[in-house]
Amino acid sequence: MIAFLIRRLTQSGLVLLVMSLLVFIGVFAIGNPVDILINPDADQEEIERAIKALGLDKPMWEQYWIFLVNALQGDLGRSFVFNIPALQLIWQRMPATLELAGFAMFLSIFLGIPLGMIAGLKPDSWVGRTIMSGSILGFSLPTFWVGLMMILLFAVYLGWLPASGRGETVDVFGVPVSFLTLNGLSHILLPAINLALFKLSLTIRLARAGTREAMLMDYVKFARAKGLSNARVIMVHVFKNIMIPVVTVLGLELGNVIAFSVVTETIFSWPGMGKLIIDSINVLDRPVIVAYLLMTVSMFIVINLVVDIIYSMLDPRVRLGDMKS
Amino acid sequence: MSQSQPTLQIEDLKTHFLTKAGDVKAVDGISFNVNKGEVLGLVGESGCGKSVTGFSIMGLIDHPGKIVGGRIIFNGTDLVGLAETEMRKIRGRKIALIFQDPMMTLNPVLRIDTQMIEAIQAHENVSRKVARLRARDALGQVGIPSPDERLRAYPHQFSGGMRQRVAIAIALLNKPDLIIADEPTTALDVTIQAQILYEAQKLCRDTGTAMIWITHDLTVVAGLADRICVMYAGRIVEKGGIDEVLDDPFHPYTYGLIGSVPSRNKRGSPLYQIPGMTPSLLKLGSGCAFRERCSRADEACKNMPQATKPKPGREVRCFHPHLETS
Amino acid sequence: MKIETGFEQEISDPLGKKEISPLRRFISDFCESKVAVVGLSIICVIILIAIFAPLLSVQDPYDLAQLDIMDGRLPPGEVSGTGITFWLGSDDQGRDMLSGIFYGLRTSLGVGAMSAFIALIIGSSLGLTAAYFGGRIDSLIMRIVDIQLSFPAVLVALVLLAILGKGVDKIIIALVAVQWAYYARTVRGTALVERRKEYMEAARCLALSHSRLVFRHLLPNCMPPLIVVVTVQVAHAIALEATLSFLGIGLPVTEPSLGLLIANGFEYMLSGRYWISFFPGIALLLTIVSINLVGDQLRDVLNPRLQS
Repeated sequence: MIAFLIRRLTQSGLVLLVMSLLVFIGVFAIGNPVDILINPDADQEEIERAIKALGLDKPMWEQYWIFLVNALQGDLGRSFVFNIPALQLIWQRMPATLELAGFAMFLSIFLGIPLGMIAGLKPDSWVGRTIMSGSILGFSLPTFWVGLMMILLFAVYLGWLPASGRGETVDVFGVPVSFLTLNGLSHILLPAINLALFKLSLTIRLARAGTREAMLMDYVKFARAKGLSNARVIMVHVFKNIMIPVVTVLGLELGNVIAFSVVTETIFSWPGMGKLIIDSINVLDRPVIVAYLLMTVSMFIVINLVVDIIYSMLDPRVRLGDMKS
Repeated sequence: MSQSQPTLQIEDLKTHFLTKAGDVKAVDGISFNVNKGEVLGLVGESGCGKSVTGFSIMGLIDHPGKIVGGRIIFNGTDLVGLAETEMRKIRGRKIALIFQDPMMTLNPVLRIDTQMIEAIQAHENVSRKVARLRARDALGQVGIPSPDERLRAYPHQFSGGMRQRVAIAIALLNKPDLIIADEPTTALDVTIQAQILYEAQKLCRDTGTAMIWITHDLTVVAGLADRICVMYAGRIVEKGGIDEVLDDPFHPYTYGLIGSVPSRNKRGSPLYQIPGMTPSLLKLGSGCAFRERCSRADEACKNMPQATKPKPGREVRCFHPHLETS
Repeated sequence: MKIETGFEQEISDPLGKKEISPLRRFISDFCESKVAVVGLSIICVIILIAIFAPLLSVQDPYDLAQLDIMDGRLPPGEVSGTGITFWLGSDDQGRDMLSGIFYGLRTSLGVGAMSAFIALIIGSSLGLTAAYFGGRIDSLIMRIVDIQLSFPAVLVALVLLAILGKGVDKIIIALVAVQWAYYARTVRGTALVERRKEYMEAARCLALSHSRLVFRHLLPNCMPPLIVVVTVQVAHAIALEATLSFLGIGLPVTEPSLGLLIANGFEYMLSGRYWISFFPGIALLLTIVSINLVGDQLRDVLNPRLQS
């Protein structure tokens, strides 16, 4: 296990390094870094000072080194717009995004697995067919358009739920969260459902396929032959087996949810990192873009690592040993 | 139960699969008895309906399969049409099933103890602790070394033979009256097969458990079973005491089966082969299903032969049985 | 479902001339699913609309001379000052939504198809190279593919567009960058299997050149899975382009795609003027769902693994 962890950590570090190099090349080598990194409103003297400070007069590899060292110290430049360190800005916005993504994941797991299992157990019944059609639709519908339609229906016509913002928040360990107040919950519901839609469809598909496959396995028949109740066969024997693919895929999809929250946050004006990055791109606030990118990549790497560990805990066959990279 | 009443009595059982392509008559009117402490060998080629027979007894026929006729009388109760809740109480407790492939029958993600304890707790209201002790004893009984430790293991940590022993231990947990073993040794090495056969036989003798041993391998039943039923295309074509049938087969199919077993006496001479292929159960005509492959077939075989009893305790379903050899 | 496509015969007989029967077989298998046939018909209609958009539209929605701001935000069915009926309403500029959608389909399909095509060429070349040469080249290419695929498409596109800026060429670059890895992985996977087959051995024994081996022998046999990936990826590309344009980082306002039309209507939606966003969304939806339906059926028909 420890050897596996070390191997994965080394690998993750390598990916991060490559990513930083790509970002560096992207931001620093394409176009004039002076335009990109220094506030265009600055005067000549300021620009020159900045060039010195950023080491833009030095050779390329040295610049990369400086960028890397700064990044490691958490210095990714200051936001032009907010005039605070970019990283700090990201940190401020991150809880909102994580809350939204977490809530969406929660919805897709706790709705998707039962629905998928029902569809898998009764694939030919009308319930099963309805669930499957819904999930196919959920796959094909463009998320942002569904978001708009949800606003149209629930906020504009029915007036049941608010269309934007985070609502009332409560501080939990100094981090503001929405879902603990009724008002906040009403705000998070629409964006979370919107964000969850794709994952929900995916979970339904995975759970359905897994259930159908497991139901044909000898071990399910054997479990029934032991005289176990249907409930136990499904809840223990089938459920534990379908959890393996579901957790693996959903874990990897968590990163995707965070990335996709960019769209949902823009539609529902949810004040998270996703909205921040779009705003930053629109006003060319490059340090924030760089910071967002590196943060997200690091987050991805951590998520992938955690998923692998959970996966190995769920599937005893891979637990003891040689996990392929 | 009295001596006179068999543990299991199957009368004219019919299990059909109602598929889109037509009815597949997997089991089409079979009858046999199994007595207490007796091992019945159910022999036939793959696809002849022997496994379906086992699942029918367990009430585990999945859609689109259905028992369309006959009775399965177990300890005096007819299992056909029994409510699912009642059937569940019998499964695993009174009748246990052992499957062919030990690699597939144990759930890969559950520990052995979980899978054993649940089998006990499904039928009896006992504590986990007690159930665990019984599970350990059962593992010991089938010859698994250090059962305490092995209880905590996962199926993939066992070899094939060990897994099959675990499956057998699970079958034994509730001391069933009947064990249906569906080719349990086919996937195993010959030496392990021999051990398991020996233990199975011993068990029946000691506890009075009845057993149906389903196999395609005549050599396996030869040393194990008391009586034998030979199945062909959903029907029992020959039935009788094991030694009588093997020494003096009546049905041409049984004759062919025995002839195709390699043995030392026949070394050097070419092995007998039954010509042709197992017929598709979809396209069975009204006559004897074996007539296409049978050297003795004639016009009469276009009708379905009825079971006859040429000798006491023997039964054959053929117009032209090999009677002259005796 | 037992379907034989005749695809197997193709593999075993790659050098011989192809008979008509596998194709016929394929067509009849494909037509087994009614939904897929409907999907295919819708796609054909949409493609025709996209090609003949200028002929079908009542106005050129991007010729400002034809627009009248006074006709802005008319609900569906209203008649404009110039006498045109806006069957699907008009947007804030007084643009006929139906014409806007026709032109938007043009842009969306064009960008989607173009990016899928370029990604297909780049991806399958790299995939074939990796599979054919193996060793270091293989592990290098596949490593890059793995890393690329571990990041969500939206994120990669977002980063590229943040660096490159808006524009048709730029969004095509971004979409290609997102998609090529899928093709590379698919082609490599299939090619690795194909490479070990006997006909490749036979072709190698004839001392054919590398390029002939790869393009005349290996590639044709990798086509079936590739076709499935292409359909799925075109749908993805169209959806992603719409998403990015909606976010305002994809296409510029001068190249209106369906995503931009939807974005335009966003601000008016809260006041109940649903049609500006709604109808382009329906058009987008129809396009994507139809392509997915066809893709699903193609997968069923072409995948020999599902046929057992």
